[in-house]
Amino acid sequence: MARTIYVIWLREMIKFRREPARMATSLIQPLIWLFVVGKGFGSVFPSPFAHLTYVQFMFPGVVGMTILFTALFSSVSILWDREFGFLKGVLVAPVPSTGIVLGKAASGATLGAIQGTLILALGPTVGMPYRWEALLAALGLMLLLSLAVAAAGIAVAVRITSFQTFQVLMNLIVMPLFFLSGAIFPVRGLPLPLRVLSDVDPLTYGVDAMKGVLLHQHEFPLSVDLGVVFLLTAGLTALATLLFRRSL
Amino acid sequence: MAAISLVGLTKRYGGVEAVRDVSLEVAEGEFFGLLGPNGAGKTTTLSILATLLPPTAGRAFLAGHDVVREQAAVRRSLGMVFQDRSLDDYLTAEENLRFSGMLYGVGSRELSRRSAELLQLLELWEHRHRLVRTFSGGMKRRLEIARGLLHRPQVLFLDEPTLGLDPQTRALIWSYLEKVRRKEGITVLMTTHYMEEAEACDRVAIIDHGRIVALDTPERLKRTMGGDVVVVHTAEPAAARNFLAEQGIAARVEAGQLYCEVPDGEAFIPLLFRQGFPIQAVGIRRPTLEDVFLKLTGHAIREEELEGRDIFRERMRVHRGR
Repeated sequence: MARTIYVIWLREMIKFRREPARMATSLIQPLIWLFVVGKGFGSVFPSPFAHLTYVQFMFPGVVGMTILFTALFSSVSILWDREFGFLKGVLVAPVPSTGIVLGKAASGATLGAIQGTLILALGPTVGMPYRWEALLAALGLMLLLSLAVAAAGIAVAVRITSFQTFQVLMNLIVMPLFFLSGAIFPVRGLPLPLRVLSDVDPLTYGVDAMKGVLLHQHEFPLSVDLGVVFLLTAGLTALATLLFRRSL
Repeated sequence: MAAISLVGLTKRYGGVEAVRDVSLEVAEGEFFGLLGPNGAGKTTTLSILATLLPPTAGRAFLAGHDVVREQAAVRRSLGMVFQDRSLDDYLTAEENLRFSGMLYGVGSRELSRRSAELLQLLELWEHRHRLVRTFSGGMKRRLEIARGLLHRPQVLFLDEPTLGLDPQTRALIWSYLEKVRRKEGITVLMTTHYMEEAEACDRVAIIDHGRIVALDTPERLKRTMGGDVVVVHTAEPAAARNFLAEQGIAARVEAGQLYCEVPDGEAFIPLLFRQGFPIQAVGIRRPTLEDVFLKLTGHAIREEELEGRDIFRERMRVHRGR
């Protein structure tokens, strides 16, 4: 099982390394959020927290968004593998199908964490006050969050055969999750229906934990955030495995 | 012990029986062909043997292992070359082999030794660092064969190994397969709907509508055909058929042509021309597996292709004979 996970993971890593353009283009969107939307809103609206600039306020959310995009869209590789027949070769090999899913999830999680780290590294340019232990905690959180998102992506991807449908569906999922997560505006002042939706949005807890770690500013106790993220990761991974096995 | 054994194997999809009560044994080292038209149940049989599909009834064994109960052992004993693409285009030839070897748990030293050996055998060694997407169809096929052999399986499956390749490349793939068989002494189970290719098999099972209709060596199958095959292209097939019936010769009309078997084709043709019905073309040939298939099932194996090409070919023969 461990061998299977490793092989599947390694293959994705090699392919990722060969496509620097993929890495670069997926960084463009978070950069726009930070330096265009962030700076723009920052110059019009007052920051929700006196001691923080608006860009600093939204920075953890942009890290979360980077992870969300990268890890979720990495599951498109399942569609490719099916389309180009590679999956068949894996399925006749003496490996457990659970290992295949976990390998895919692990690679999505790694990619998410790598991209998240690249954004995190930009923190000093917007005056983020970093401490080592905060960065380590952020890294762990990113891995966990990426795993949950990658698993969610796989759970969706195994049921879809068309690339167009995949694209549309993923965008449909990503946008509300991101906007309702409290990443770009605080949820506390919102009308009740929106606040309820935000509470239901699992990304809210990931973003909140990230804010807690990086800014010491959070809505929920850290234990609640982490508990939700943990449960989500475990549940979505199990779901992805189940759906993948059933799709064979 | 038989390399492959099927006992009353049946596969049903909804109401359709794709494989019906198929029983056969393939001996170790044998080159065995499953011959039949598309949709005859060849690939379904292969998928069941590869543990990709559960059988509805009956049992199947590969290298002595039950395909339902001992999936892992079956998969380890099996190398598979799929009908359609199954390589990673964005990895190099060597990486494709490496990842496959790792999935099969081949140790790293054995893996590099075996990869080198197979890449050389299939003449891909110089191209090992190239991305597979730059490969031609024939090169990809060779790499897939190498991958199938990498973990030293006891049985190799070839599902339509030359489908979609041009005739020259097909011949090349065949010469490689010959080389591989000589060198590895492996049991090969192949599906094909190319009759010429099936001739190379030690034994052939002819499959139609999920059932085995004949099973023997290609030679003996052709010998069941009693003499030469005469193909007559005529505007009045009914008249021709009547004449043949008077002679006690059974004839079939297939794609506007009349097929019959006669002991001595050369002596028979002048007789045919004397009957007065219009004849556009006549061909004589030794029976092929195609004829065996036609006789056993009452339809051609590749009807759509037979019509144009074979009529043309028969005509050319008559022209040349003049």
